[in-house]
Amino acid sequence: MALLELRSVRVEFPNRWGTLVALDDVSLELAPGETLGVVGESGAGKSMTGAAVMQLLPPPARIAAGEILLEGRRIDDLPAAAMDKIRGRRIGAIFQDPLTSLNPLFTIGDQIEETIRTHLPVGAAEARERALNLLREVGIPAPAQRLSAYPHELSGGMRQRVVIALALCAEPSVIIADEPTTALDVSIQAQVIVLLKRLCRQHGTAVLLITHDMGIIAETADRVAVMYAGRVIEIGPVDDVVRRPCHPYTKGLMAAIPRLHRSERRLEQIPGAMPSLADIPPGCAFHPRCGMAVENCSRKVPGLHGRGLHRHACALAAEAT
Amino acid sequence: MLAQVGKRVYQAALVMLVVAVIAFGSFRFLGDPVSNMVGPEVTPDEKAQIAAELGLADPLPVQFLRFLGNVLRGDLGRSYQLRQPVAELIVERAPATLELALAAAFLSMIVGLPLGIYTAVRSRSAVAKFAMAASLLGVSIPSFLLGILLIMLFSVDLGWLPSFGRGDVVQVGWWSTGLLTLGGLKALILPSVTLAAFQTTMMVRLVNAEMLEVLRTDYIRFARARGIRARTLYFRHAMRNTMIPVLTVTGLQVGHLIAFSVITETVFQWPGLGLLFIQAVNFADVPVIAAYLLFVALVFVSVNLAIDMLYLLVDPRLRVARR
Amino acid sequence: MTGRVSTAASPSNSIWRRIHRSDAWYSFITSPTTVVAMMATVVIVLAAVFAPWLAPHTPFDADSVNLGDAFTPPVWAAEGMRTYILGTDGQGRDMLSALMFGSRTSLLVGLAVVLISATTGVALGLSCAYFGGLLDSFIMRAADVQLTFPSILIALLVDGLTRAALPREMHDAMALYVVIASLSLANWVQYARIVRGAAMVELRKDYVEAARVTGASARAIMFGHVLPNVVSPVLVIGTLGLALAMINEATLSYLGVGMPITQPSLGTLIRNGNDFLFSGEWWIAIFPGALLVVMVLAINLLGDWARRVLNPRLR
Repeated sequence: MALLELRSVRVEFPNRWGTLVALDDVSLELAPGETLGVVGESGAGKSMTGAAVMQLLPPPARIAAGEILLEGRRIDDLPAAAMDKIRGRRIGAIFQDPLTSLNPLFTIGDQIEETIRTHLPVGAAEARERALNLLREVGIPAPAQRLSAYPHELSGGMRQRVVIALALCAEPSVIIADEPTTALDVSIQAQVIVLLKRLCRQHGTAVLLITHDMGIIAETADRVAVMYAGRVIEIGPVDDVVRRPCHPYTKGLMAAIPRLHRSERRLEQIPGAMPSLADIPPGCAFHPRCGMAVENCSRKVPGLHGRGLHRHACALAAEAT
Repeated sequence: MLAQVGKRVYQAALVMLVVAVIAFGSFRFLGDPVSNMVGPEVTPDEKAQIAAELGLADPLPVQFLRFLGNVLRGDLGRSYQLRQPVAELIVERAPATLELALAAAFLSMIVGLPLGIYTAVRSRSAVAKFAMAASLLGVSIPSFLLGILLIMLFSVDLGWLPSFGRGDVVQVGWWSTGLLTLGGLKALILPSVTLAAFQTTMMVRLVNAEMLEVLRTDYIRFARARGIRARTLYFRHAMRNTMIPVLTVTGLQVGHLIAFSVITETVFQWPGLGLLFIQAVNFADVPVIAAYLLFVALVFVSVNLAIDMLYLLVDPRLRVARR
Repeated sequence: MTGRVSTAASPSNSIWRRIHRSDAWYSFITSPTTVVAMMATVVIVLAAVFAPWLAPHTPFDADSVNLGDAFTPPVWAAEGMRTYILGTDGQGRDMLSALMFGSRTSLLVGLAVVLISATTGVALGLSCAYFGGLLDSFIMRAADVQLTFPSILIALLVDGLTRAALPREMHDAMALYVVIASLSLANWVQYARIVRGAAMVELRKDYVEAARVTGASARAIMFGHVLPNVVSPVLVIGTLGLALAMINEATLSYLGVGMPITQPSLGTLIRNGNDFLFSGEWWIAIFPGALLVVMVLAINLLGDWARRVLNPRLR
């Protein structure tokens, strides 16, 4: 049974001209301990997916249809108090900017211990012990001193480690990592990814890794879902999707990555740009930019085709196989 | 940390110096100290002699230093209008203004702070919408007009509260207080409400804005993502972050109150420093004007300094990192 | 995240359509309070501007005032007279006309103050940002000092000291200039600060460096590039500043150190009627008071609208 499951989730938000659809018929599954990458350009809906799971959608966005299940039970319709218990304890989250994620007026220790004691029935002394252990686990030197430090006193990489510690401190079974390395220096990025991988393997935590960086996905994820204009257009094991992409968009993405071992004159580009939410084309959202598009592409929204683990949302590609 | 404290003290001293120069300038050049001290029958020669005796012919810096010396010794000259030493007048009238200011400050805090938080947290409720609308009105009505309206309602129409003066005051040492008599307390109500009104509306709007701002931050979002309960979020996290800007405004409040007391005291004929000042302006009583200027500057500067110090204590980001 | 309907294919892209689709119009038309505020402002401003022609009487021309008509209540009261719709004051001056002329003065002072303090503030702010150095420190230090005091106090002090300096006979004649000067002096700081901040941000940008390298003059850079970017915050502060200036001026006049009765503003009129509140002739103070509140409220609401439109929307 899947640990976390999204079934045909639709997220809408009303604006003065009507309703915008941020996520359309998004279905994903996350097995225990696995890392599922969610990749796509800015505005494709990746962060919305993570927010929807945590019920942290920015108002007035709301889940208009579909279900989200954790260990088989629905969590998208839970009242606020019940959701509070799930957040942190069963589903953890890591956001993009470690500096703004930490409250500048509270010490690191304060923030970790508070989270631990919110979810686990432990006393202050034990919470402190656990906090110390967590800091050690995430590789922060001199943890005792760091506990009484404030966020602005730590470097960027250390802050993100603290954020990871905070996400893990109540021992959730799923972590949603929303662009965890985007705000970091390249050298630190690698460290943080390695840390995340190691910890999640050790604790058996599943990870929903949201990023626009295909390289990180290739290194870290077991499976990957590619999103475009609020829809999942390809999903499958990482190796498969990277080496044998089926959807024209994914193919374009892969082709756009410059290769070191080949000399190239020009960088490949996908012409055009991803449509804004108010202008999503009818039928397949990618068809205006697609070299293979035929008339039917603008009429019918393609569902996910393919058998087995690797599926995609292109009717033409499905016909070809 | 010491460097920062020192810097602020230095700035404070600088402000006081500027103010002192302006006060001295007014004393010396506006109005005519000699004519105001002697009668009209005095000849110009005698006037010149008196002027020399008073040291008015000495070089300016010397006169300024003498002025400073006098001020520091408590000699602020003599009021042209009331013929009393200004220092005496100030001591006599200060308690009235201070009691009024403190009552108003107290009112605006106990009403403004909770209301500001409530309107941010429960922004859709009827109470919140009403409060925000009322605060817009509060910013649009001039203080004196509110005073007039309150007098009309509570004094003229209903006859519940007095419309002028302090009521019965009790002398405690050099301080005269109206807080110990029923009459005094009744007389305090309308003026302090009038004085507090503007401050309260500013408070509500500010706390509301700051709180909403904080509730939108990433760290609050991350705290929610960690499952921190809503009530803890509001009362422990959001409030602490909101307090810092609110602290500054509260500090400035005390200064503002002293300034706006000029208006309130005029409307209610409250015998404090504000009324003294306005009467001095109408009469061109320069010594009183200059002394009021110095006094107000001192209060402002001290309060600002205290707030700055408090800031350093409360916001860890401002302290130099100890490694 | 808010999508925008594409106008590329629309048939008529005229100025009216663009206004109709703009954020500003939407924000305006969907807020009934803003619409009402705008209507009230238009009516009041028109009445004020055309007062000399529209007013039924000339209350400040001593010859035309009839002392016998003093203390007439408004027309709907028992002893009201139809010639004086809103009644008369203690000297027989018609209230309606007095209100029109009074609001004229109030608006005049308010606008003058905003114009002068904004221009001064913007000029100083731009200079500080561009020239930096000693000029910048000095002006900003002065600004800090001034900011420790509320503007009404500064206005009172400047007003008081100026009156002490002028001979008594000149007080009334110079009142307008003294009031405008004191209020402007009290209010330039916020403009200077905001403009300095925005200008400093712009000046760090590469295109300014490029302009400098190609020899563009300081003035060209300031006016051509930096100024357009600071217009919106200045507009927002300006509308709120107008409301504040009008309140401050009314306060000064009420306290007796503002506009005299010969050239009254609404504040002076309120002062005029203050003493009669207790003897029952409430209209002499309440009508100017109500009008003042309506004007300031309307301006504040329009200022709120301006802020909604000019600040980036949160969605």
